[in-house]
Amino acid sequence: MTQADIDIAKGAAAPSPYVPRMARILSADQMTETERFFRIEMEDGQPLGYEPGQFVEVSVFGMGEAPISISSSPTQGKGFELCVRNAGTVTGALMKFGKGDRLGIRGPFGNHFPYEEMKGEDVLFVAGGLGLAPTRSLIRYCLDNRKDYRSVTILVGAREPKLLLFRDELDAWTKRQDAQTLVTVDRCGPDWKGCTGVITRLFKRVKLDAAKTWAVIVGPPIMFKFAVLEALAEGIRENRIICSLERHMKCGVGKCGHCQIRGVYVCRDGPIFTYEQVKRLREGI
Amino acid sequence: MLPRVLKAEDLAGWVGAIQKERVVRGPVLKETSPSDRTPHFSWETIREPSDLALDYALTVLGPKKFLWPPRQALVTYRLGGDPKPEAVVKHEPQVLFGAHPCDATAIATLDAAFAKDVADPHYLARRAATAIVLVDCEKPCDETSFCLDMGSLYPEAGYDLALTPIEGGWFVETKTELGKRLRDLGKTREAKKSDMEARQAFVERKRAGFHLKLPFDVKYLPEILDESYDSLVWEAIARRCFSCGSCNTTCPTCYCWDVADVIAEDLGSGTRVRRYDSCQLDPFAEVAGGENFREHRASRLRHRMYRKGKFILEQTGRSGCVGCGRCERACVSHISIRETFVQIAGNR
Repeated sequence: MTQADIDIAKGAAAPSPYVPRMARILSADQMTETERFFRIEMEDGQPLGYEPGQFVEVSVFGMGEAPISISSSPTQGKGFELCVRNAGTVTGALMKFGKGDRLGIRGPFGNHFPYEEMKGEDVLFVAGGLGLAPTRSLIRYCLDNRKDYRSVTILVGAREPKLLLFRDELDAWTKRQDAQTLVTVDRCGPDWKGCTGVITRLFKRVKLDAAKTWAVIVGPPIMFKFAVLEALAEGIRENRIICSLERHMKCGVGKCGHCQIRGVYVCRDGPIFTYEQVKRLREGI
Repeated sequence: MLPRVLKAEDLAGWVGAIQKERVVRGPVLKETSPSDRTPHFSWETIREPSDLALDYALTVLGPKKFLWPPRQALVTYRLGGDPKPEAVVKHEPQVLFGAHPCDATAIATLDAAFAKDVADPHYLARRAATAIVLVDCEKPCDETSFCLDMGSLYPEAGYDLALTPIEGGWFVETKTELGKRLRDLGKTREAKKSDMEARQAFVERKRAGFHLKLPFDVKYLPEILDESYDSLVWEAIARRCFSCGSCNTTCPTCYCWDVADVIAEDLGSGTRVRRYDSCQLDPFAEVAGGENFREHRASRLRHRMYRKGKFILEQTGRSGCVGCGRCERACVSHISIRETFVQIAGNR
């Protein structure tokens, strides 16, 4: 038998990567008008076994699947958390899901934030809109292992105050002595007391030690471009600017083709990339 | 395993014997119309062994459709409180009887794509239950094919048994154990010196019948593609492209898919189905937020050409294009992958 024949025979007997495992919703909160936040546990009692920055495929049976970033850090215990925006059939259906409801989960998929390499250094988070959902997994990880990192700076932006995610946590982070958190909104009413303007304007309000800083930038493509420009202008190295790319990963295992950017499958080789990698992809952002 | 010879009149009996063990799929002659007398062939499930038309040339869809059907159930589940999702993995034993060298080569590419990294048992179980009988070609299907360039004219994988037409019958060469089992179901005799010479004469006619069409060795294709990423050639060709996806549908190595949940009529259960998708269609790289990462036709066309000439090769070690010419024949505006490869080589 040739190697190809052996691979076929072995693969024919392999478990299907497309069958979801059952999970149960422990709690659900409507975070904004369009975003719902879930804490979930696998029903077989096994931990999901994920790393900060990975994603799962969430199944609503009868509707389909959607790729969702994990918002929690593995330091937060056995379950995991998802922040879901109502943007399609599956995520629309999820808006009606609550405590005790059951879901299908596949994954976790993809690579993760390079939290080991970042140890002993400064970390700058720049999260715009729903970009805070995947970024929070690493923010929580760094705050839960605070002594492993030097300074922690968190910049968060949203279009308006009512669209801000994780508002309670933003307040708690702002009060911390061992981290600097700044929140801005593009536009606001008179009751907003915080910063206004695009997120890049917050760069002027923080002091960075560029040679020792990792910048984690996650947000809509337009924000990403301008935030990377600011980070580069501060002197941060290209291979220390980290982002998480959004694609419609349908299979999660590098086959269906939907998340492919040139030779890269975002679901398998990403979603976490350095700016150095992304700029070579060209179709990346 | 020594070659054997099957007499032409014993072919139907052999196919009939195989049919007792497995479903036989092969090329058959489709009906012709009074206005169009050219014979058209198609890959179908064979009922009568005499329907098998091994002297066929072109098919719109190759044998891929029996390994990678347009719709495939992946997972079934119940609706309501307890879904109990289960994988649907089918193992119907079949033989693809009469695959041309390009299609066998393409199947070997699909095999590699589905076996690598995370194995896809839905494809591989079907594949493991499939035997492939190759029928060799003496001349190119038509002017669009460039299989010699793409290295698919002399396949080294993707089949179990190879048939070469010789005077009065078939020269039968066995590649795998499964091929030998199939062969032994038929009435064959040992190949004699004169059969070997007939086979050799075929090989020489074949060698004389095919000509290289690319102005460069295909090993340079990934590099040539790499250097033409920013060329205006993509926009120029894309002017003619309707983004219809016919190229993907007919391609023997295309395997991108979309997923849909289909609910049973009694609303009691559902099936998660995968179905052909096309990287040429506008929403292919669109995300939920509305961003489309390959919004322009030219970028989608370039993506396909890169997949065929570079990405699949880099991912699987096997070419994503076998030079069969199906995409060009299917294209309403005659966009030719071969001419595109020629053009970018000249444009550097």
